Amino acid sequence: MPTKPAGTLYRGREGMWSWVGHRVTGVVIFFFLLVHVLDTSLVRVSPEAYTAVIGAYKNPLMALGETGLVAAIVFHAFNGLRIIAVDFWKKGAKYQRQMLWTVLALWVVVMVGFSIRHLSLALGGH
Amino acid sequence: MTAELAEPASKIELPAGVGGGGEIPSFDVTLRVRRYNPEVSDESTWDDFHVTMYGTDRVLDALHKVKWEQDGSVSFRRSCAHGVCGSDAMRINGRNRLACKTLLKDLDTTKPITVEPIKGLPVEKDLIVDMEPFFQSFREVMPFLINKGHEPTKERLQSAEDRERFDDTTKCILCAACTSSCPVFWTDGQYFGPAAIVNAHRFIFDSRDDAGDMRLEILNDKEGVWRCRTTFNCTEACPRGIQVTQAIAEVKQAILARKI
Repeated sequence: MPTKPAGTLYRGREGMWSWVGHRVTGVVIFFFLLVHVLDTSLVRVSPEAYTAVIGAYKNPLMALGETGLVAAIVFHAFNGLRIIAVDFWKKGAKYQRQMLWTVLALWVVVMVGFSIRHLSLALGGH
Repeated sequence: MTAELAEPASKIELPAGVGGGGEIPSFDVTLRVRRYNPEVSDESTWDDFHVTMYGTDRVLDALHKVKWEQDGSVSFRRSCAHGVCGSDAMRINGRNRLACKTLLKDLDTTKPITVEPIKGLPVEKDLIVDMEPFFQSFREVMPFLINKGHEPTKERLQSAEDRERFDDTTKCILCAACTSSCPVFWTDGQYFGPAAIVNAHRFIFDSRDDAGDMRLEILNDKEGVWRCRTTFNCTEACPRGIQVTQAIAEVKQAILARKI
């Protein structure tokens, strides 16, 4: 009995999914940088336009977006160090999994700290 | 002498019910095989086969049973059937394995077991893929001893430590489980792939070989070791337990060390 076509997803483990995460966060950061360069270059066009655009970012939705952006950057940064260790540290390949758990633990610690500070400032309304 | 004395009694105490050719547990499994026959259709389909198998059976035994008793058109490669020849690499439950080394009892038999051809190589029929691109990369790294000196009259001597240096990468059986588990290879067929790099590693770090620099130059290519994104799929997939990503990292480091 023939069932649906399409192959299954390859069931990779920590290594593959951390690579997927690294790629996704990399693309996210690239698009941020694109917008960031554009809005910052506005200051050369007219300081008023720059202030208006930056002012438009000051709303709760953007605050959440900024949290997501920092989450992506923090993961990309720590995992980038892990990848460097895999390539250059003699035992890097052996301990890649433990290093990934360390990356995720550091990510949680940094994100909890950052989110409390950032969201209370952005959404606190003072 | 009596007949009983001809064979010494076993020194191992077996609990009751073990040994003596007792019952091997049997169970029903559903094998979900990805079928493709270009002579019939360009589309792949999934076919389900129900078979009763035993606790000692492997996925390959189930495929045999299907082919021999239910549908003779199911096509797959296998030769030695004991994990040595490396011809029956396939994607079992989403992961690259050798069908002859995967016991059914180690899989979740309550759900259908999916069996697909390995990814990244052109499928010819059912589970058979065209291995030519894979072997092409293998040939390009010159996987044979190149020695500039005079031919010795006796064997080429090597210390145990020097032999140990590349021991891990001598285990490769060229089954393509690693190369076809690599996300880079899936999208970029030009990439040498883990297996070719493993076999280059085997000679690069062999003290008897003189062409290490040449192989490093070949792998310094844009489609060489630098394509590796360290996803570790190859290391997980290798049925011989070769630390493939480690070997690739060693080749990367050798290329960098050579340049300085």
